[in-house]
Parts: sequence; structure tokens; C-alpha cells
Amino acid sequence: MIPRYQKVLFIILLVASLVMGVVLWRLRERAHKRMLAGEDSAPTRAPEVAPAEQATLVAANDADGSLLSQNFAFPLPQDPGARARVLIGKLLDLYATPDSNHPVSGGAAGVAEVFLLPATAPKDPQNPNAEMAVINLTGNFAASHPSGLETETLTVLSICATLRANLPRVTEVRFLVDGQPRDTLAGHADLTRTYLTANAVPTGGTNP
Amino acid sequence: MHWIRRAILATALAGATALQATAQPASPAPSGRFIVVLDAAHGGADTGARLASGQAEKSATLALSVRLRSLLSARNIAVVTTRESDATLDANRRATVTNHAAAQACLSLHASESGSGVHLFVSSLAPAPATNFPAWKTAQAAWVTRSIALAGALNSALLHAGINVTLERTTLSAVDSMICPAVAVEIAPARSPDGKVTAEPDDAAYQARVAAALVAALADFRTEARQP
Repeated sequence: MIPRYQKVLFIILLVASLVMGVVLWRLRERAHKRMLAGEDSAPTRAPEVAPAEQATLVAANDADGSLLSQNFAFPLPQDPGARARVLIGKLLDLYATPDSNHPVSGGAAGVAEVFLLPATAPKDPQNPNAEMAVINLTGNFAASHPSGLETETLTVLSICATLRANLPRVTEVRFLVDGQPRDTLAGHADLTRTYLTANAVPTGGTNP
Repeated sequence: MHWIRRAILATALAGATALQATAQPASPAPSGRFIVVLDAAHGGADTGARLASGQAEKSATLALSVRLRSLLSARNIAVVTTRESDATLDANRRATVTNHAAAQACLSLHASESGSGVHLFVSSLAPAPATNFPAWKTAQAAWVTRSIALAGALNSALLHAGINVTLERTTLSAVDSMICPAVAVEIAPARSPDGKVTAEPDDAAYQARVAAALVAALADFRTEARQP
């Protein structure tokens, strides 16, 4: 049998807890509103728009398995890593267009990051500052990439060839998917290897 | 102590038997003949590409492998296949079966919805001299020159059969570990000049045409290999 005074004490404590909960919730809401009201959403610095530069995208064509150089003009950042990411993004945007000769969905969002590291191959006197590009693709891009030996090979080679055309210091390329090594892009092209950009040579060129 | 020795011996024997069993190709090769390895890509949980007909790539490649095996056997060419059923095989296992066969030609069979005709792929490894102990992942380097010759023979026969062909280089881990002239063959849809699909990769008549051309090419390659 629970004594009466304990029951009364329990009810008082329960009511006090509920009241305190409501008061805290109201205080939190008030603080949140105050914070939103005081926040200045205007940009602190105007975004910098880089001038448009000529860039070469080496685009794949599934019909004949070719790689064609195409010249475009678009803003490019100065940082080489960011530059590489924009270039690959533009290439993937080209593939995502409805009349693409190498249809791959996803576009520029398919490349998450590009890191440039010193190349692993022995120093080449012709290119002493050779670099390796580590391209981190998104899992969505890999999952939506058409499966096939030709289509996957052309995607990999066209990325390598585009980097070679615009960033000659990049001699090696490695691929990650969602930051992790992966066996293949979509079941075929081997992503465990280091690709040499010298092996990705365009077979022709056009200027759109 | 006697029973311990017997137990160790039994375990060792069981291990050796298991190893021998796993190293057995799906169909063994007769010795002293021109041997072709047919590697039907994918299988089991690895379905490969989804074709327009709804069929998985693994089924199309197995059908082509079975068709090729029959045609090659009819020409008295010995055939070793990496799989005869819907089995899961990784790239290393495929290369192991192939390398055990000591074959004179190896075809890795694929099917895809992209492109047109037949895509022939040779390893993108740079040619290298043969060594006694080649690295597993680049073992194909010593065979690249012969692989290019085999791709040339396949290309000629397919073109002669009126099939559109593209010749390319790729990195495919199973092929890169093979110690034989190896070519990856990918069947894409047959298309008219305006790009319309006239036959899907799993179309039986289309596969029969491709298979006949591949067999003719392998027969030519055998003759060429026997010439001094």
C-alpha cells in the first residue's frame, strides 16, 4: 500500500515536469524565431564569375566507339582540382543531353570531387610535375550508368582524354565511387586500376 | 599419436581434392589439340546488363557460349567453357580456369544494348616480354600482340559476314589475367544505317550469324597458328 503523501508527491512532481517541459518548448521556439529574425541572408561577398575560357571536351560516340574532341567556351576556376571537376562535369552534362551519342544520365552531379596528387609513376623529365587525378564519382552516377563493356570503357577513356587535353600535368587517373574503391563502373570497366591519360587518345575532332 | 598423423593426412588429402575440384573447368579440354576457351561473362547473382528484351546479359552470353561450343566442336576444335549454367564466377576464377586450359584462343563473351554490331576488345596493357612468373593482374601483357592478331582475324570474319565491327582496347580484369590470345567480344544490337535496331543481341538468328563468323575466324586463326 502506497502512503497518501507519496501519491500526492508523485502527482506534484509529474505536474511540475510537464509544466517545465512546456516552458522549455516555448523558450526554444522563441529563441529559434529570434535567431531567424536576426539572421542576415544576404551574401557577404558577391560570387566571382570567372571569364569564359576555351576548353576541349573529348566526347565518346557509342555508334563507332570513337572519341571526338570538341571545343567549348565556359568559365573555369583557377584551382586545378576545381578546374578538373568542372571539365568532367561539363563532359557528363554533354552525355546527359537527350541527343547525346553516349547517353549517360546524371550530368555534372555525377562527379563529387577531384583531387590532384603527385603521380606514382617514375619521374618523367618531360613532365617533372606529373599529377594523378583521383576522381570521386557518386554512387548514383555509377548505379545509373548503362552496363556494357563499350559504354563503360568509353566513359572512362573520355574522362581521361578530357583531362589530358586540358590539364597536361595529369598523367594518371584513378576512380572512386562514393569515396570507396570499386571493382567496376557498372559491371565491366575495371576501376581498380590506374589509368594512363596517354592511352586515351581522341580519334577525331569537330568544332560545334 | 598415430591418430593425429592420420587426421592430418586425411585433412591434407581432403584439401588437395577440394583444390583439384575447384580448379576443374566446367568442361575439360582434350590435350594436344587447338583449344578455345569460351568465357560467358556474368552469371548467378551478377546479371550484367539488362537487354531491351528483358533478358539479362548473363543469359545471352551463356546462350552464345553454348552455340559457339557446338559449332567449334563440329569443326574438331576443343572447347573449354568457364560456365555451363547460371553460376557465379569472379574474374580470378575465370582467369584460373582459362589459364589451366593452356588454350590457343580465349573469348570473353558479353552483350550490351549500347552501340551496334560487335565490339571487339583487346587488353589495354602495353605488350611486354613473357616471363616465367608473370604478375597476375598483368599476365595478358605478354600475349597482347597475339590477342591483337586474334582480334584482327575475328574482325575480318565478322566484316565478311556483313556485321558492323568496332575494335577497341579496354581494361577487363578477367582478360588481363589470361595467359592466352584473348579477346572480349561484346554483341550489341544490329542496326540499320539510320540507327534503328534490326536485331537484339539475344536474337537467336543474329547470334547464329555472329557465332558462325566467330567460328570461321577461329578456324582461320588455327590454320595460321600451325603455319611455320
